[in-house]
Order: sequence, then C-alpha cells, then structure tokens
Amino acid sequence: MKQSSACRRCLARSWLLGRLAGHLDRVRDRLEPLLELEDDELIAAVAGRQRDQVLREHAAFDPEAARARCAAAGLEQICRCEPAYPAVLSELAAPPAVLHVAGGLERFVVLSAQDSVAIVGARRASPYGLGVARSLARGLGSAGVTVVSGMALGIDAAAHQGALDAESATIAVLPAGAGRPYPASGRALHRRIQALGAVVSELAPGVPVRRWMFPARNRIIAGLSAMTVVIQARRGSGALLTARCAADLGRAVGAVPGQITSPLASGPHALLRSGAQLVAGPQDVLDGLFGAGARRVPELQKPSLAPDLQALFDAIAEGHDTRAAFERAGLDPDRGLAALASLELAGRVRREAGGRFSAQP
Amino acid sequence: MLARVTTFAIDGVQPRQVWVEVDIRSGLPSFTIVGLGDTAVRESRDRIRAAILNSNFAFPNSRITANLAPAFLRKAGPGFDTALALALLAASEQVPSDGLGDYAVFGELSLGGELRDSPGALAVAEGARRAGCARLIVPRERGREAALVEHLTIVAVPSLRAAAAVLAGADPPPLPSAGGAVRRSAAAPDLVDVRGQQVPLLALEIAAAGGHNLLLEGAPGTGKTMLARRLPSILPSLTRSEAIEVTRIHSVVGVHADGLISRRPFRAPHHTISPSGLAGGGSPPRPGEATLAHHGVLFLDELSEFQRPSLDALRQPLEDGSVTIVRGQRSLEFPSRFMLVAATNPCPCGYAGVDERCTCGEVDLRRHRRRLSGPLLDRMDLLVDVCRPGAEELRAEPRTSSALTLARVADARERQRRRLAGSGARCNGEMDVRVVRSRVRLDGDAELELGRAYAVGMLSARGRHRVLRVARTIADLGRRERVTRDDVLLALSLRQRAAAEPAGI
Repeated sequence: MKQSSACRRCLARSWLLGRLAGHLDRVRDRLEPLLELEDDELIAAVAGRQRDQVLREHAAFDPEAARARCAAAGLEQICRCEPAYPAVLSELAAPPAVLHVAGGLERFVVLSAQDSVAIVGARRASPYGLGVARSLARGLGSAGVTVVSGMALGIDAAAHQGALDAESATIAVLPAGAGRPYPASGRALHRRIQALGAVVSELAPGVPVRRWMFPARNRIIAGLSAMTVVIQARRGSGALLTARCAADLGRAVGAVPGQITSPLASGPHALLRSGAQLVAGPQDVLDGLFGAGARRVPELQKPSLAPDLQALFDAIAEGHDTRAAFERAGLDPDRGLAALASLELAGRVRREAGGRFSAQP
Repeated sequence: MLARVTTFAIDGVQPRQVWVEVDIRSGLPSFTIVGLGDTAVRESRDRIRAAILNSNFAFPNSRITANLAPAFLRKAGPGFDTALALALLAASEQVPSDGLGDYAVFGELSLGGELRDSPGALAVAEGARRAGCARLIVPRERGREAALVEHLTIVAVPSLRAAAAVLAGADPPPLPSAGGAVRRSAAAPDLVDVRGQQVPLLALEIAAAGGHNLLLEGAPGTGKTMLARRLPSILPSLTRSEAIEVTRIHSVVGVHADGLISRRPFRAPHHTISPSGLAGGGSPPRPGEATLAHHGVLFLDELSEFQRPSLDALRQPLEDGSVTIVRGQRSLEFPSRFMLVAATNPCPCGYAGVDERCTCGEVDLRRHRRRLSGPLLDRMDLLVDVCRPGAEELRAEPRTSSALTLARVADARERQRRRLAGSGARCNGEMDVRVVRSRVRLDGDAELELGRAYAVGMLSARGRHRVLRVARTIADLGRRERVTRDDVLLALSLRQRAAAEPAGI
C-alpha cells in the first residue's frame, strides 16, 4: 500500500462531508445542488449556528491525520486532482473529492477505466428478481464486464454474488466507510468483493451512515458505469434515483421487466415506458453497450437433460408450482421429488421458501 | 391399638410404597398426621372424620396419631384418605385387622364417605403387585384401569362402608363393565379426509415408517395441522407394555378417562407453554407434554412462536428419550420417547413463495430462520412444504387411507427391526452416526449421487446423515435391501435447507 497522495483540498472536502453529515441529513431533499457547492458555501448553507466553529475546524484541518486514519483502516485514497482518478466520475456534477478504496487502488483504477455495468434494485426483492440479478451479473462477468452495485441486501447483493460466481471483478460502492461492510451482515460478501474487485466509498472511515449518503452513493454507482440496469424497484426506490443519475449523465439505462401484477415491477416498467432498454439477459446489455453482436456472452455448457427431467424443468420454468409441475410432467410425487433433487443437484432449479422451485437461468 | 395399611404415593410417574400407621390411645382427644404430608394430606383429617361419621362408624374420642412412613418421602395429594380411614377403623376395631395385611388401599374420600375418582390408579396397582399385595382397594371408577395389572385382585368399591364390608368378609363387588365403548366409537382422524397433498402424504408415510421427526412448512390454512393430527393413525399400534406405560402416565396426570389407552397419544401444546409445562417440572414434579406424548406424537404448531427456553427443554428428551428432573436430593425420571412434528410458516407473514403477497423483507426472513434454527432443527430429519390443494383436488376422491398406509408402515418397521437388532436403535430415525455407518448399505449410484450433493454444498456433514437415515426408510418402504440412487434423491428433496444458506441468494 503506497502512501496516500491525495491533496489537502480534497481531503479537507472529504472531512467536511463527514463533519456536516448530521446537518446534511436534515436538508437531504436538496442534496445534489449542495454537493456542488464550494467548501465555504456548503458550510454557510447547512452548518447553521455551528458555522463559525466548523469554519475554524476546516481551516485547522490536518491532512496527515486524515491520511493516517485512512491507512489505519486499511484503505487507500485517490482524489479528483490526481491523474489516475476515474475519468468517468469527472462527468458527475459533483464528483466525489476523495474515494476511499478497499481491495487495492491500482485494481480499482484499472477496473474503472474499463466498461462496467451497474445492476441495482430493491432490497426486498422476490426470488425471481434475485435469480435474474445473479445470472445477469454472472453472464456479464464471464463476458469480462465489471458489475457495479451497492452491496445492499436483495438485488445488489445478488448482483455481486453473480459476478463473483463468474470469478469476475466487481465494484461495491458503500454509503460510508469502505473498510466495513454495510449492512454488517454482508461480511462474507465484503471480503470476497475485496479479494476479486474493490469496495469504495466517498466518506472517510469512521463516519456513521446517514440517510443522505444513499442517494449520494447512488450517483457514484451511476457515474462509474456505462449502463445502469434496474431489476425490481418499487415506486420511489433508490434504484430509480441511480437510473435518473445515469440518464442525466447520458449513460444507457436498462430495465428488466417483471410481472405486471407485482409492485416490484412498477419501477422497471416506468423506466421502460420512458425509453429504457429492455434487458432480458446479459446479451441485451452487451448489445446495448457495444452494438448488436459486437461481443458475445460465452456459451455456458448446460448438459442436456433426460426427457422426464426436461419436461419437469420446462414446467417449472413456465412458473407452475411443484404440484402442477409434477402433473404436467406426468410424474408421481416420489418420482417427481427425486427428479427435482436431480435438477437441484445439476444447479438447474432452486428450492424457494414455501415449497416452490424456481428455474435457474 | 395400632393398625397398619399399605398404600402408595406417586413419585413422578412411579409408585412408592407407603405404610399408613394409626395409633389410638387414651388421652386428650386429638387427631395428628405426621410424615411429610402436604396441605391436602393435613386437610384429610377433616374429610376422614366426616366420612367415618357419615358412614355410620364411630369416630374414636381419643388421642389419634397417624404416620405415613417412610418419613423422608414427601407425600402429596388426597390419595391417602381411604388408607388412613381404614387404618383408623381397624385401630378402633370397627373393621377386622387380621386380613388387612393382604390389602393395598388407594383413593380420596368425600365427606359423605364415598371413594372419589383419583388419578394414578394404574401406577398404584403396579406398585401393589410389585410389593406383593394380593388385593387392592380402589375407587369404583378406577376399577377397570387398575385391573389392567395381572395377578392382583381389584376391589373397586363405591364407598368406605363397602370397603369395610369387604374387609369384614363380604364378596367384593363385580368390576364395572366397559364404559370405553363410547370413547372408541369417536373415529380417529384418518388419511381419507385428506385431498391432494401428495407430497406431504408421502413425507408423512416416510416419517411414520422410520420414526423420523418432521417439520411441516407452509402458508396459513394449507393443512399442516390437519396432516399432523393424522400421523398417529398410520403409526403401528401400541404394544401391551407400551399401552400400559402410556395409560399409567396419563392416569397419573389425570387426563385419562378409563381402561387401556390403545391409540398413540397426540399432544399439541400451545406455543405459550412454559419449559416445565413442556418437559415436566413444578413442585411436586409433574410430567410435561413431552412425557404425555411418550410413544406418540408431540406436535408443535407455530414452532417459531415457542420461547427459546421451552424448545431448549426438549433437547434432553429428544436425545435420551427421557426427562430427568432434580429436586433437592431426589431425581425423577419421566419417560418421553416421542416423534416430534413441528409446523411453521415459511416467513413471518406466512406467504413467502406463494405469491408476491409476501410483505417480508430479507431481514425478516433471516430473523425468522434464525428463530427456527438451532439444536431442535438438528433433530428434524424431514422438511416438507405444504401447499394449498388445488380446486380440482378438493373435489377428487381420496387417494389413500390410514389402513393402507399403516400396512406399508408396519412392513417397513418390521424390516428395520430385523436389520437393527442389537444396535440399540428400534427404527431408522433412532440410528446414530455409528449405526448409520454399520447398517446402511448404499449401491454404487446412490453413493455417487450423495457424494455429488455433498460436494456442491447442498449438504452439511450432519445433513448427510439425516439424508442417509431417510433414504434407508424410503428403501424399507420399497422393500429394497440396498439404498438406491432414487431413494437418495427422494431423501434429498425432503431434506432441510442448509442452515448456512442465505435466504434469497
């Protein structure tokens, strides 16, 4: 790990966001214009009665201490004044002054210079959404595209998981403190992402997570990615915010359709209606990014199934529940259950809560 | 004058011989009972006085001392009344005392001198035979129950007067005739009532055949409880010694009507039950639901709602087949060898996986799963998802009946009994790791498939053993000597999800 070369000005900005974290939380509806302000303007806008004190602290800011704290947390820093700073982020109205990186700064710099795709969506996702997120990320990963997401529960975690399945690099953007998993239950995922890719955050280690940091984080996800794909989002979801950021930057936006009866599909369907690209698989994403047929998802070898297994698999893929699937495939319960276990062993179906099985794409 | 009568105290579910001694001598009139009795025993003085007077005997106007020996044993309940009264009558020479040595006496008295129905008659009868008594006096209602013990003459009398008459040489009244016919005619729940539910029915049959503990998971109203209630109907009937054991326990607790219990018990305690209610306890210690379910089925509906301490209390009975309760210097053992059947919703709202109606987030799901997991889940060999039957299934004819299933179950149990002879296990569900290793033979394909499942992480090491036990039972139902590939696959499909598996992804 080399000594941080981030400049004093950017470090002071990063410190200031942490210092004003509580204040910013109270004005979070006007966040974006605030982040574009210069340091002193920002202090004037949000610090209120503490204004003078914050100004004094800002003037007395010690960059060496910030660098040391960062190194102690096992993180590396890069500021927007450095040439290696991701060019894609500079297109943001308010690019993060400093990025804190866990998992290797060099790798992050290399990854951010290549094409990457953001996969975002609901935390409370359905098995369908989780399955699609995982397989989409797996396909993109095996095609050499980096998957960017926010490591939240649900779609985000499934997307990282899928990329890791393909042993491909993936970037997680956390709301605060890249060195610690958020949510804390994502320890294992956090460790694996660091091993293969990078975890980054705008805020310095030790700053507690605040609500405004999520939309702020979402703009970085959109900024890092050439395309943003939304899988399952309820109305008002943060994933839709990410998609709007991407559209504002002139980047591509994709959406995965869902069941029209599901509230989880309302977000993606609204995006599709307003012109987002329909994504039904990793090939759609590659076509959208590089032009039709320019790059292909490597064919996954799926061994052919015995006729009765194939019939059962088809019935499940069509969305029938276990009982109806047995009936369609003409199997007795005991033969049917054994066949399901075979399919599960082959990784073709997954057992979900409530006794349903879902076909794995 | 001194008279001595044998009776029995109930210690846990076991009878303990107690000698009732009554001494009458001249002095200031008084009536004292010594010998570690509880309040009910102390109050029996007043019952006895009234009962003796109302039976047209004389209550001696002298100094009366009664002793319940041995003095160290704590004696609870009103079951000593009749023994005390008869000893008093013998000591005051109102009944002959020479034949009294052959008798054991048991029962509570009413003020009018009637013998009241008292719990634990069967245990007392067993104790009387073991202690070498030839005859036992019990309340009339308990005559048939006590008569289950062979080589013991039961004198079932309605009143103190009748008991005294028998002691004086009258013939004992005939035993009451069977009143159990009414009880038996109430039909047990049968599998013919079940429509659809083919997969759960299969799991139920496997569970019954191998004595496997079973977890039913499904949305509210899908029929989990309905299925569980029918499990006793496909279990092999109680052997005579098992039936006596069950009857004794139920009689001691006072939940038994009459005669021999022939049906396997089915106990479904509510989820608010305390640890001692479930495993037994209190003072004096009483058997809990786990013991009432001995040789039967213990059904825990809404498993995730039970308090953790209650569920933890079930660990010992699941492990050892008995509960040990230590009070002071004494320790009591309650038998509790039962099949555990539990039911739970797949998520807090109950609709996970059914449709998108489920409103639970991943955090809720994880919490729910964490509440379920733990040592109890470790003992669940089978997990089956119960779904709502379709409309056409509800109209269809039943596919099976308890009698048909029971025949297959009995056959499979017989095969297990032969194979497991000398191993300490009586059915596949009781096989431990060592027995599984030595008695379960797989064919090559089955071995291969199981290895694959283990390699891809579908199974933990413990889960592998569970699958082997269940696969062995499936092979027994199919009358196969070796476990085949299909048996393993079927067992795999009914396995528990690995605890480490994250909820959604």
